[in-house]
Amino acid sequence: MSIHKRIVDDFVANDVSFITTVPCKQLAGVIDEVEARDEIFHIPANKEDEGMGLCAGAFMGGKRAAIIMQNTAIGVTINTLATLTQFYRMPLPILISYRGELREPVSCQVEMAVHTKALLAQLNIPTYHFHWQKDVEEFDNILKYTFMCNKPVAILTDANFWGGYGDQ
Amino acid sequence: MIRSEILREIAPILRPHLVICNIGLPSQEMHLIDDQPTNFYMLGTMGLSSSIGLGLALAQPKQVISIDGDGSVLTNLGTLPTIANNVADNFILLIIDNGSYGSTGDQPTYAGKKTKLEKVAEACGCENVVVCQDVDTGKVLQAALDSKKMTVIVVKCDSGNIKVPVITMDPVVIRHRFMEAVKA
Repeated sequence: MSIHKRIVDDFVANDVSFITTVPCKQLAGVIDEVEARDEIFHIPANKEDEGMGLCAGAFMGGKRAAIIMQNTAIGVTINTLATLTQFYRMPLPILISYRGELREPVSCQVEMAVHTKALLAQLNIPTYHFHWQKDVEEFDNILKYTFMCNKPVAILTDANFWGGYGDQ
Repeated sequence: MIRSEILREIAPILRPHLVICNIGLPSQEMHLIDDQPTNFYMLGTMGLSSSIGLGLALAQPKQVISIDGDGSVLTNLGTLPTIANNVADNFILLIIDNGSYGSTGDQPTYAGKKTKLEKVAEACGCENVVVCQDVDTGKVLQAALDSKKMTVIVVKCDSGNIKVPVITMDPVVIRHRFMEAVKA
């Protein structure tokens, strides 16, 4: 089974039926899989804070929602995470492409990577880091944990997890 | 008319529907004029009234009205293409366009200068965009509700504020009360 299908299967098994995405090339496969699934309403967002607003509305409308985005967007969404998702106590799985980590080819990506975990820690957002493909086995538990505690929860997925970028 | 006068006039039309109230004075004014469990008050997060409203409309069948402002729409302009491309016929975006950032002291917005939000919405692909004057808001809003078509309404009005108390209700209470009203 592909890693993309495994992730989306876990979303579906946990009744996540509304997913917003802002693309990253590491996320292309999982976004394709989200788009392909009838069980999920996929709504691409232009910016990640907008996506979190969409998720907040969908959650209040009775659907479990999730966002898929790049770690650079932590810089975009801090206010939304604090004053919307956390303040109103809403669950939100945040599947994050963790750029700028091991096997990253683009140096600029490292500049946000070095802040990513610190920012998430400062926000008291439970954070998990998938580095090996087998780490995906924890994903189902993380989704259950997210909807148990009604918090945003971050899942950082680095280049090694996605299989790298080939020749570098 | 200023925003609070418009809200007072349309409150009976809004009452049976789910209403997302924009951050700052619009939420405080709605809370003062006609507090309802069907009102979701944004206490923070400028710009996301339309996104929250669209997400809500896509997730359930009841009619949803997002009360937004010109300054807030400018903060989150990316919302308009998302709305246009994900049609929810139970969604109305009501932009109170007073050409100023009312909650922060009426500084002028670009919508009060050269930028026409109705044209931006149309260019983004929104199919039902209506511009009206403040006095016609109720009539236009009711027509949009009756049409059962996703509609963006841009209401041109005067800038100005009334003194209103802040909302002291706990955000989790606001959210819980609202979700119970959504389910009812």
